[in-house]
Amino acid sequence: MASQSNPPGELNEFESPGVGGDRRKPWISIRPRQPRISFRVDRRVPLVLAVLSAIALVSLVLNVSLGEYPVPLWDAVKTIFGLSDNPDYVLVINSLRLPRALVALMVGAGLAVAGTISQAIAQNPLAAPSIIGINSGASLVAIIFLVVFPTADVTWLPVAAFLGAAAMALAIYCLAWIGSSSPIRLILVGIGLTAMTGAISSILITFGRIANVSQALVWLTGSVYGRTWQHLLPLLPWLVIFIPLSMVLARNLDALNLGDNLANGLGSRVEWTRGVLLLCTVALAGSSVATAGTVGFVGLMAPHLARQLVGPSHAGLIPVAALVGACLVEVSDLAGRILFAPTELPCGVITAIIGAPYFLWLLYRNR
Amino acid sequence: MLLDTASQIALTTRKLTLAYDGNVIIRGLDLAIAKGQVTALVGPNGCGKSTLLRGMAQLLKPKTGTVYLEGDAIAKLPAKTLAKRLGILPQSPSAPEGLTVRELVAQGRYPHQNWLQQWSQEDERQVDQAIATTDLYEFANRPLDTLSGGQRQRAWIAMALAQDTETLLLDEPTTYLDLAHQLEVLDLLHELNVNQGKTIVMVLHDLNQACRYANEIISLRSGQVHAQGKPEEVMTEQLVREVFGLDSRIIPDPVVGTPLCVPISQVRSRKS
Repeated sequence: MASQSNPPGELNEFESPGVGGDRRKPWISIRPRQPRISFRVDRRVPLVLAVLSAIALVSLVLNVSLGEYPVPLWDAVKTIFGLSDNPDYVLVINSLRLPRALVALMVGAGLAVAGTISQAIAQNPLAAPSIIGINSGASLVAIIFLVVFPTADVTWLPVAAFLGAAAMALAIYCLAWIGSSSPIRLILVGIGLTAMTGAISSILITFGRIANVSQALVWLTGSVYGRTWQHLLPLLPWLVIFIPLSMVLARNLDALNLGDNLANGLGSRVEWTRGVLLLCTVALAGSSVATAGTVGFVGLMAPHLARQLVGPSHAGLIPVAALVGACLVEVSDLAGRILFAPTELPCGVITAIIGAPYFLWLLYRNR
Repeated sequence: MLLDTASQIALTTRKLTLAYDGNVIIRGLDLAIAKGQVTALVGPNGCGKSTLLRGMAQLLKPKTGTVYLEGDAIAKLPAKTLAKRLGILPQSPSAPEGLTVRELVAQGRYPHQNWLQQWSQEDERQVDQAIATTDLYEFANRPLDTLSGGQRQRAWIAMALAQDTETLLLDEPTTYLDLAHQLEVLDLLHELNVNQGKTIVMVLHDLNQACRYANEIISLRSGQVHAQGKPEEVMTEQLVREVFGLDSRIIPDPVVGTPLCVPISQVRSRKS
């Protein structure tokens, strides 16, 4: 029990639990005999993960069952598991709605983890993946793709957008490098380059042909409309590799969050880990934005909500943020589909409607 | 001779030159800091005290020269190996919002962990011990931002203690604290030195506190060691004049007998 490890003599003084001296450890230590590993997570993490998973699953099922052609909930569940013999259900759910709903979950998780890492690297709770140029880089390339080369094959759009995001992040990192990287330089250079690419994007949108421009604007808003298994599969490996990698690096994120000096003093190789973590952000946010466009505010909101649920230690924060992000985008997509049916709102509009006031509240609270 | 004294020397610098972006702050410095002692670095603003401290902790890579930790060149030690032997607490560190004292202290275990062993029994024990030593038991599960300045500084020191290093460098550990909290922090450091034999090197602004708490004082002036020795030997009216450009009287501290510096103001003199 936790109390055994308390130093003797200290126990009597703070006998009343919960008042001031709470003797309970705020974390759960996990040390199996085999394999010989050990780690800890915040005490609140298991329950929070369970609840969020339930919310994600329920909203997923609702998202595939509701719509212009409603499918009863239980039939929807059966269809997902291949237990339905109604060919209409199979078509509507497994071919049309399920991949889209899954893409929504994945994009949300990717953006949320990318945001969590960005905020730790920048040591700034108001940072989001956009500060390292992900959104602006992807947007510019996507607009060029859709407006300047309207005849190009649209299946290459995600690839182009991803390359744009990666190139932009690399440019910011290199320009911010003066013998070493620094969080504040990354933010400032990021803002500068974002303004420049934003200007170019505006020019293209202003002078482009209206049909192409409206297509680009939908992409810019962020939407999972019409996403299929062909969109989902290329996104999957990015998440499967880089979310676990960022969880393995959780301790390094915690150290970086204390500032470069302390992280260095603790023996963390700051430049190396920051480089790897930036790569994680680019991979996660880049692939998500490439798949669904620039769904706004998820990378900013999800880490905050997650921190309020389980505190700032990254070992628990990353999976919780991932699920919060997944729920946000899934629920936004659901809301966008049914609120003004038959008109559909892109999920990016809904996340922005929730996110903008939340952002203002954050700014207000941080003074 | 060198071999004999090597065991009593914690940190040595050889021809150490430190610079920020080409601005040389410390030039060709030779220095030895005693092991198991409290050493205070004093000097005017911009004399290079903090820079020297950062250089000795490898936070700032030297232009030329070497820093040795008990005979080992720190530049050649792997980062984690160095962090197991030498801890540094920079000036006014900041923690993310909502981080609790215990979580902060737990981060001191970083150099003792690896990808597989992220939270061992020993980690747990050291964190408990650090919290007990700094008397933070009552606040262990409170977020850092809800504590007073003195408690917060104790939490940072607890983190450095959990790091379990023999040598501890602190950059102005009493800045922004009121007088009572300043003494509280200095008393804690004194106890760590006496009870656990830790080598403590700290930058201090207050000469009288330096004299009271340090076994040895190193005064710096424009990147050079001006004087080094026991407070009773080096803290003279001449030193204060040469280092700070200030006239003063040195009298025995009526409480502990160490030198006490009473500055003489140009404007505000006796019974004016």
